[in-house]
Amino acid sequence: MDLNATIIGQIIAFFMFVWFCQRFVWPPITKALEERQKKIADGLEAASRAGHNLEMAQGRAAEMLKEAKVNSAGIIDQANKRASQIVDEAKEKAREEGNRLIAGAQAELDQQVNRAREQLRLQVAGIVVAGAEKILQASVDEKTHASLLDKLAASL
Amino acid sequence: MAEVVEIAEEAPVYENASEYVRHHLSFLTYGKTEEGHLGFAHTAEEATNMGFWSIHVDTMLMSVVLGLVFLGLFFSVSRKATSGVPGGLQNAVEFVIEMVQNSIKNSFHGNCAYLGPLGLTIFCWIFLMNAMDLVPVDMIPLAAQAITGDPHLFFKSVPSTDINITLGFSLSIFFLVIYYSIKNKGLGGFLGEFAFHPFGKWAIPLNLILELPGFLAKPVSLALRLYGNLFAGEVIFLVIGMIGYYQLPFNFAWSVFHILVIILQAYLFMMLTIVYINQAHNTH
Repeated sequence: MDLNATIIGQIIAFFMFVWFCQRFVWPPITKALEERQKKIADGLEAASRAGHNLEMAQGRAAEMLKEAKVNSAGIIDQANKRASQIVDEAKEKAREEGNRLIAGAQAELDQQVNRAREQLRLQVAGIVVAGAEKILQASVDEKTHASLLDKLAASL
Repeated sequence: MAEVVEIAEEAPVYENASEYVRHHLSFLTYGKTEEGHLGFAHTAEEATNMGFWSIHVDTMLMSVVLGLVFLGLFFSVSRKATSGVPGGLQNAVEFVIEMVQNSIKNSFHGNCAYLGPLGLTIFCWIFLMNAMDLVPVDMIPLAAQAITGDPHLFFKSVPSTDINITLGFSLSIFFLVIYYSIKNKGLGGFLGEFAFHPFGKWAIPLNLILELPGFLAKPVSLALRLYGNLFAGEVIFLVIGMIGYYQLPFNFAWSVFHILVIILQAYLFMMLTIVYINQAHNTH
């Protein structure tokens, strides 16, 4: 077992190599390792956050759906109400229109009846006068017998 | 086993098995030879006579090359490191780095930006050194002999079977422990731990006798543990390597078992480093 200057050489080489390792080898690799660890941690955190967000969004969606349902029910209700209202209004209008038409027709009818009656009366008066003339063989003076004729006509 | 061990046609021929083992356990030592000039030692004895101021060129070279392989690989990944989906190589590198980070997180309670790169370098570098044990024992020495053209060249290919290399590691860590201890506890606090524990200030000599050996034993035990495990493993590979073609199943079995050892030893070295540096940060 011979000890010699190889020890010194080895010590020098050792410190040089450790220095090189410390200066050029260790920092970049450990930095890459740390960065990767951080990336993975960030990724996991983002994933859990996304899951949380999804949960929240789902909750919100359900809430909105419920609200929409309530709204739509209200709208349908309102529409139904409005529709029946419109139908009622239409019915009312139709009835009024009908009544009006009936009233108009009635008025016209009355008028025509009156007119026909008047004509008839005149004709009857004429016929009566003619008949009377024929019976009396004399003309009936319209003027003198006007009141008689009128009475007759009114009684028809 | 006195027969001639043949390795390959142009390989050196060893006289006997112990010669084979001894040759494979010798270092390529460079230093001052007995004639007084610089050069390589040709025998183990010559290498020992060079004293402290010589250097194991083979293990030192392998150590630096493997360190550069580690740094090159990791550096190329770090240049293209992306926080997106990592490619295959980046995945593997990140796996190692996360393993180091987790080990630090579990056994280090303090703040020290230096510890991560330190642990990573120790683990990967020692792992690669140990992994050289899995390369067939003669392959790298034969290659070195072919390149240099010297069939008797010593070349030890597993750096962590050289006590100098493992001591280099453990002493570096020892210096760091002292540095961080003084930085965090102050010189007084650091020395106080030896002087005033465990029996208080009236038993300073006794405290020193108890605490100092424990502290000094740390780098020694760290270095010897790694060295011992890998040296033993290599010797067994060498012994298996001598039994001709029948070695293959044994070699396979021992390699598989050794995979555990090389990873475990690299991991252990890193863990103990983290623990020691942690102790340097903790004020009792």
